Amino acid sequence: MTRASLFAQDKRTRARNATEKRFRAYGLTAIVLALLALLWLLISIFGNGLPAFKQTFLTFPVTLEESVLDKSGTRDPAVMAKATTITYGKVLTKALEAEATAKGIDLSALKKKGLANLISEESPATLRNMVLADPSLIGQTIRFTALAGGRVDGYYKGRVTLETAALDKNTSPEQLAVADKLKEAGVLTISLNSGFVTMPDASDKRPEAAGLGIAIIGSLYMMAVVLVLALPIGVAASVYLEEFAPKNRFTDLIEVNIANLAAVPSIVYGILGLAIFINMVGLPTSAPIVGGLVLTLMTLPRIIIPTRAALKAVPPSIRDAALGIGASRLQTVTHHVLPLAMPGILTGTIIGLAQALGETAPLLLIGMVAFVRDFPGAPPSGLFDPAAALPVQIYNWTTRGDPGFVERASGAIIVLLIFLIAMNAVAIYLRRKFERRW
Amino acid sequence: MSIGLLSLIILVLTLVGYVVGKSRAIASVAGDIRKLHSLPPFYGRITALLTAVPAFLLIIGWLLAEPLVLENRALALIDPAEIPQGQSADLVMSDVRRVAAGLDLLETRGEAIAPLIAAPDQLKQAMNAAGIVLQTEPTPSTLAATAALRSAKATSRLAMVVAAIALTLGGLAWGLSRIKPEFRARNATEGFAMWLLIGCSLIAVLTTVGIVASLLVESLHFFRLYPITEFLFSTQWAPKFGGGGTLGIVPLLWGTLYVSAIALLVAVPIGLLSAIYLAEYASRATRSWVKPAIEVLAGIPTIVYGLFALITVGPLLRDYFAQPLGLGNSSSSVLTAGLVMGIMVIPFVSSLSDDIINAVPQSLRDGSLGLGATPSETIRQVVLPAALPGIVGAVLLAASRAIGETMIVVMGAGAAARLSLNPFDAMTTVTVKIVSQLTGDTEFASPETLVAFALGLTLFVLTLCLNILALMIVRKYREQYE
Repeated sequence: MTRASLFAQDKRTRARNATEKRFRAYGLTAIVLALLALLWLLISIFGNGLPAFKQTFLTFPVTLEESVLDKSGTRDPAVMAKATTITYGKVLTKALEAEATAKGIDLSALKKKGLANLISEESPATLRNMVLADPSLIGQTIRFTALAGGRVDGYYKGRVTLETAALDKNTSPEQLAVADKLKEAGVLTISLNSGFVTMPDASDKRPEAAGLGIAIIGSLYMMAVVLVLALPIGVAASVYLEEFAPKNRFTDLIEVNIANLAAVPSIVYGILGLAIFINMVGLPTSAPIVGGLVLTLMTLPRIIIPTRAALKAVPPSIRDAALGIGASRLQTVTHHVLPLAMPGILTGTIIGLAQALGETAPLLLIGMVAFVRDFPGAPPSGLFDPAAALPVQIYNWTTRGDPGFVERASGAIIVLLIFLIAMNAVAIYLRRKFERRW
Repeated sequence: MSIGLLSLIILVLTLVGYVVGKSRAIASVAGDIRKLHSLPPFYGRITALLTAVPAFLLIIGWLLAEPLVLENRALALIDPAEIPQGQSADLVMSDVRRVAAGLDLLETRGEAIAPLIAAPDQLKQAMNAAGIVLQTEPTPSTLAATAALRSAKATSRLAMVVAAIALTLGGLAWGLSRIKPEFRARNATEGFAMWLLIGCSLIAVLTTVGIVASLLVESLHFFRLYPITEFLFSTQWAPKFGGGGTLGIVPLLWGTLYVSAIALLVAVPIGLLSAIYLAEYASRATRSWVKPAIEVLAGIPTIVYGLFALITVGPLLRDYFAQPLGLGNSSSSVLTAGLVMGIMVIPFVSSLSDDIINAVPQSLRDGSLGLGATPSETIRQVVLPAALPGIVGAVLLAASRAIGETMIVVMGAGAAARLSLNPFDAMTTVTVKIVSQLTGDTEFASPETLVAFALGLTLFVLTLCLNILALMIVRKYREQYE
């Protein structure tokens, strides 16, 4: 019988060591897969969404003739309102034609509406509002920057190609060729799209004009409501449960309740909001106040749980010392325990708010999907005006037909993620800066 | 008087209460505060609390109860003969509400409303011009109910203002009258504050009660219109716009469970294995950046995953798997939603499992390693069995997350209710149908809309059971080693 050397592994040991290596590799693979999934997600969103921050514009001189836009000559906005956006559209098309001819661009290949289509349907309305707000513009020649039409915009972002344009009744290869020449002539420019975060939503056929203005304001209003309600209520509830509540059936019930509420699907809160706040109390649909209330109820347990952890982390010696020199129990909490727990509480609150900001499903049920074109008023009465919300606006855009909206939706996600990253960064900063180990 | 103005008045009186209460306490001892039982601010605080809190509670309670009481009264005025065939009184009431809101709007615009009420056709035109669309001309009894509702509302608001101000002043007077040197103001303030704290923690209970009540009431409503056995056992989901469709939950539950199962098939191996690696093998440095990176997945809003499913994963699966294999050509499918949801659920599995694996006492590992087991043998034969109940709890929590998830399935799974095994088929889930039935155009009182509440109830019960089970398992396990 030959004895194996201690330095050479026998078959069984080799097998066991191989298993060990394999097992490690599985773990590593799992981590790599999870991280790759995260990377894939981010690349997909940023790749699709970044173009939304660029926009194609046409800048050219427009002569605002009195004979067309203000036939009465009174300069009275009420009378001038008779000139519709169609009239203004014709004015713009004519001006663009003149500019193109002046730059020596041949327009003969264009079809009937080929030139008008270059300009977004939104621009005549913008020009009209500009003129109605300042009638003295009539008779002048101004340099006007118009949004380019959705297809032209898509062409410069790679969404529309010459092949797809040939099949598309809203554009044509000839039109895109003219657009290219306009670009060479400096009439057509691609620049930063600030309107994306300031303008209101636009109708189905004008993805190039759709913006997040109302959605951002609506989301901010809702976050304000959540902060004002959820933070004090959450802290009060946590203080009671952690510092004062006697151990009995009743407080047990509350605790189990909070644990379960944190895990209730968010859509159920939407049903609650619809049944109680809208149908029973009669608050208006699509209003930030209802969204804020629903999100408050949803966020409360998510604030209470970290707040209680923060209170628990304050060592009992602090309480004993305060009580020992004659503070009452409430004074002990308000003067000593709460200030010491504050960083933890704020961190938890910000993370809870960030979750609420990204929540979509409950808001769908309370009617935040409605198409809103008017900015809500200033709070507090503005809280009752219809508004959109960032995540719901994203969902809304994905349900529209024009592919331009997919780009907008991805761009809106980037805006949403920037807000979330900022909030989480503040939370992490607070935690790092003020965290204390006792 | 608007509620904003009323609140402002109450707040001003509260401030007055604080200042006067404090100075009165000082005056009562001629400036020698050593003779007071409590520090002077406490006298101010208790007066302020007595002034503000009861009044605000009254306003909130009033606003909550007002619509219920008033609408029941208005409903009594509606002639049952005028309720159209096949519709319920709720629908007429919503007309009444809309007309009332329209009249309020017209009145604030300064239009004369008396002639409009006399002529329903003109009223309808004026309403439409104001942006409130009425389908039919309001009937006389609707108008009577509207008028009653509006006048009762005006009276009720006036009564509320009077009552709130009376309560504020009463609270102020009572608070001030109690100020004497021997009054235990600090104890009174703290007792009051304690009740406020208890009230705040009761909101959690009230939320649960609200959820259960609203789901139950509307579900009962639904089961009165639609047989419960059909709902639970019918294998067909085919709502019709005008009513009279089949509303069986089976295909929806099947879709929900199928999507969740795929999600767990993705998330459990990845989440568990990465938790094991992070807890047992990874160096401190790796752990410190990998763990937060994986947890980022949990912080990303579900709408982002939904869009990811819609524009990236769906088309990819369709073009490279479903179509070449001849299994379907829909970009929304169970597999799309399941895969993306699996990615979302990974951190739920991995974080909890990580905590639980870390909670297994080191002595168990040392014992096993000391007997000559390799680290992987230790993990599989000692650590995992010890951590198993906790891991099961984590998986159950993840499952409850997956079942209740809405946006990913709305955007990734499709809308067709179907009982099929093909993962490339578009199917639908309970949550998708809640959204589509409640955001659709069907009238509220029809079974087509009310079914959403029954679906919500099912969802709530399902996730609640999973959560309670998971919490029980996790809690029981924790006690073992502590």
